[in-house]
Amino acid sequence: MTQEQIRQAIIDQILEIAPDIEQGDIIPDKNIQRSLEIDSFDFLKILTALNEIIGVEVPEKDYAKVDTLEHMTEYFREKLLK
Amino acid sequence: MSEFVMPSLGADMESAILMEWLVKVGDHVTKGQVIAEVETSKGVIEIEVFEEGIVDKLLVKEETECAVGTPLAIIRGSDEAAVTQVIEKAERIKASPAARKKAKEMGVELSSLAASGKVHLAQLETFASKAPKIIAPNGMRQAIAKAMSRSNAEIPHYYLSTSINMTPALNWLEALNATRTIAQRILPAALLIRAVVLALKEVPELNGFWQDGGPQISEQINPGIAIALRKGGLITPALINTNELSLDETMHSLGDLISRTRAGKLRNTEMTQQTITITNLGDLGVESVYGVIYPPQVAIVGLGRIMDAPWAQGDSLSVRKIMQATLAGDHRATDGRTGALFLDKLNQILQDPQELL
Repeated sequence: MTQEQIRQAIIDQILEIAPDIEQGDIIPDKNIQRSLEIDSFDFLKILTALNEIIGVEVPEKDYAKVDTLEHMTEYFREKLLK
Repeated sequence: MSEFVMPSLGADMESAILMEWLVKVGDHVTKGQVIAEVETSKGVIEIEVFEEGIVDKLLVKEETECAVGTPLAIIRGSDEAAVTQVIEKAERIKASPAARKKAKEMGVELSSLAASGKVHLAQLETFASKAPKIIAPNGMRQAIAKAMSRSNAEIPHYYLSTSINMTPALNWLEALNATRTIAQRILPAALLIRAVVLALKEVPELNGFWQDGGPQISEQINPGIAIALRKGGLITPALINTNELSLDETMHSLGDLISRTRAGKLRNTEMTQQTITITNLGDLGVESVYGVIYPPQVAIVGLGRIMDAPWAQGDSLSVRKIMQATLAGDHRATDGRTGALFLDKLNQILQDPQELL
């Protein structure tokens, strides 16, 4: 998966879980949960769906590394390289 | 032979629209089966039947607004013969589909216009031009307004609060989740619900109703969970029989309830059988919340956002994950002592989290 594909997969899942959000609302360096009002339940749903698509599980201790769209894209890219 | 009537889905509901029949005449129905969908101010609700039998007659057409108590269908026992008598149709408000749609957008009750017979679009437009220019609150806003006004007028609330050190419970949960796949993880919200339920088993006086001038304790523990809707508004559907669920089952039921609430697919039992309310379980919430009790319930538990804070233990000061737990109680049903006992039990349970499994 390219960086752009990972990024699009994340955006797609956010839009799937929160249909009222528009792509333009997702600011790459803003905290996903706080800026888009996504609670821990929906956040877990997004990570569960991404695990199925990308094949990478984010452990709870790494949540701080996937707080923004930028960080999450980078996190998945690095895990896929390993 | 019995009538299946439009159920009351909350003390504040007067009517609802029967949207769709999920059964037809001649179908065999069992206790608890969902047989219709109705649209209320709180969204689309699935309606269950409470007896076994055969659908003898459907009395109301789809997309009809019906008052609470209106007979919707006749259910006969499997061994009874079909009725032949004609049952008078429930009175319903006649309106053209365009008028019904417009009225909904405007937040106007069709019944307020129906005096002259069928409601037409032109009538609504006249009404709109005369109406003062205020934003008409939608049905959900009105339902909340009604229930909360009644609560504040009738219920003498008392409020208690305590700080709970959540570090032991969260550490325990993190270790548990580290051994699981992502789909099996437990969220702190489920852990907290489970802890509240265990504390209520010890202090049952807070789980029940004030009805007919006296307190009634409920054996089932069905906490109403405050769930914010993304498009605005709040619903507190019940997690039914949480007293019989393990931690994993509580998490599973909570996930299912949140998903169905946001998809507008709740059942009537979930809308009406709350025995207590738990609010502000969100990680986006405030530090502490002093709730307004939803009548006829007698208590509401508020769980604030978990935050890093200084915590003194013995002679040492350290940083811990701290949560403000609050309780608003109905002073007619219980005294502050009961509420204090509950918060103390809740705290004790959360210090010994392995008991929560």
